Amino acid sequence: MTAPAVAVSEPRHWRRRLSQAAPYILLAPGILWLVYFFVWPAVQMFLMSISSGTLDSGFRVTGSTTAYADALGKFQVQFGNSLLYGGTATILDFLIGFPVAYTVAFRGGRYKNLLLFLVIAPFFTSFLIRTISWKILLGDEGPLFGFLKNDLHILSTDFTVVGTPVSVIAGLTYNFLPFMILPLYVALEKIDPRLVEAANDLYAGRWEAFRRVTLPLAMPGVFAGSLLTFIPALGDYINAELLGSPKTRMIGNVIQARFLQQNDYPLAAALSFLLMAAILVAVIFYARALGTERLTG
Amino acid sequence: MATATSTVPRASRLPSLRRRASHWALPGFTSLAIGYLLIPIAVMILFSFNDYTGKFNFIWHGFTLNAWLHPLAWPGLGEALGTSLRIAVLSTLASTALGTLMALALTRYQFRGRGLVNGLIFLPMATPEIVLGSSLLTLFVNTALQNGVLPPGLQQLPKGTLYPLGFNTILIAHIMFNISYVVVTVRARIAGFDRHIEEAAMDLGANEWTTFWKVTFPLIFPGILAAALLAFSLSIDDFVITNFVSGTTNTFPIWTYGIIRNALPAQINVIGSIVFLSAVGLVAVSTLRTGRVPR
Repeated sequence: MTAPAVAVSEPRHWRRRLSQAAPYILLAPGILWLVYFFVWPAVQMFLMSISSGTLDSGFRVTGSTTAYADALGKFQVQFGNSLLYGGTATILDFLIGFPVAYTVAFRGGRYKNLLLFLVIAPFFTSFLIRTISWKILLGDEGPLFGFLKNDLHILSTDFTVVGTPVSVIAGLTYNFLPFMILPLYVALEKIDPRLVEAANDLYAGRWEAFRRVTLPLAMPGVFAGSLLTFIPALGDYINAELLGSPKTRMIGNVIQARFLQQNDYPLAAALSFLLMAAILVAVIFYARALGTERLTG
Repeated sequence: MATATSTVPRASRLPSLRRRASHWALPGFTSLAIGYLLIPIAVMILFSFNDYTGKFNFIWHGFTLNAWLHPLAWPGLGEALGTSLRIAVLSTLASTALGTLMALALTRYQFRGRGLVNGLIFLPMATPEIVLGSSLLTLFVNTALQNGVLPPGLQQLPKGTLYPLGFNTILIAHIMFNISYVVVTVRARIAGFDRHIEEAAMDLGANEWTTFWKVTFPLIFPGILAAALLAFSLSIDDFVITNFVSGTTNTFPIWTYGIIRNALPAQINVIGSIVFLSAVGLVAVSTLRTGRVPR
């Protein structure tokens, strides 16, 4: 660059500077909010998990690993319940959600938007109220089992669902089903139907074309959908609380009680951290197994 | 059509029956699944009209408009609902503004650190709510105990902003978990946006500012509206995170959770039905205006 050119392009130079800074200016407020209230709290929680003390005397970072030892030693049942219920609900959601997403994507026609709207309609009702509704429906004297017991005498009178793992899994399956359907739909909708036709022209049967063409192309949706279902299901405690019993407690119930009732912060923080770590490991393994590194579909 | 079917040989009658069954299997299954998704909503609306006896609205006893005529007739319910609405409105405005700016930056500029920013936006959505809530609680409690250092910027906040827990802390949390959803929703809308329209406006003599407000903004506005609607419904419905950071302040879900141990008033169903029907109404209006369902 020669000297006269600089003098002439002074305003333009400023504009270029501004346009280089523009993305950072636009990002700054949101990023700051996330750093202050997402990243920093996570750091604080890690420090809390290696602290000792009580809420009254205050907590000091001592590098103690007691909380982790307790968390791993005493709550295997609840971690196990979380994995079992969350995993079962995710598989059930996939089995229910895939045909639904497939139908809406390929056969929806002009009803596509209406069907999608019906799939997300539960989001417009409170999570708590939906779960309470299931408690009413599945209740011993509720419309379903009350009828089967008292009017048809098909079920014995001591038959009960609420309070068992079955009702917790049913609640989880219900509450997170739209999270499975939507990403599956997005992935399936992108598939060019001509690819399936091409497979058929090349003598692939319907099943073969589905298995070798549609399913692999839908994998990003399978990945996103199962994570969006599994992660909240793993950390959930409302379903276990409202539809379960003390025997069906999940790790979320323990974290919630330790934080809000027993004020045992270091242990609760350690449990939260282990839950987060378990999820990260699951995500990485899952990404490897499905051969997709993309997290958002 | 008619000639085509008449030329089909008779032998294919039986397979055509099977084909018809397999043709209807998927739509049939889908209808059942959607019915399954809608059952609790139907129960909620139906039981808002239940003339129940005692404190628990669990068993159907007959029709009444009682709860609809007195929708706030429980101590604390009106106040909790007011708090929920104020937090939902404020957190929607703030998170929509912050998130839209971020979505604009991510879609219109090339810059260093994009991967990091994307990760930061994705992580809160991939973190269980219970972890988000408990880590915020830890931050707020540490502030009160003066344990751990506050980063610059938070130190300057007036005393009492982060502790005691209450309206402020709920608002902070709701803005935080809404931002990512707003970015993702608005970004999806801008991604399908034809930049040539902007170039055309500039060619016709509009400057960048005019182009943005006259061309770009109206085109991405449906995405911003959809994001705001999503943020509002996430905020008004949130229980898990709010439960950690609410202290003694009640929002509607917190109030509901507190009362269901001792009673299940039909008023809960009435409020739930009103929220549901207004959300459906809003979506219907915005669909009619833009011709597509906001996602």
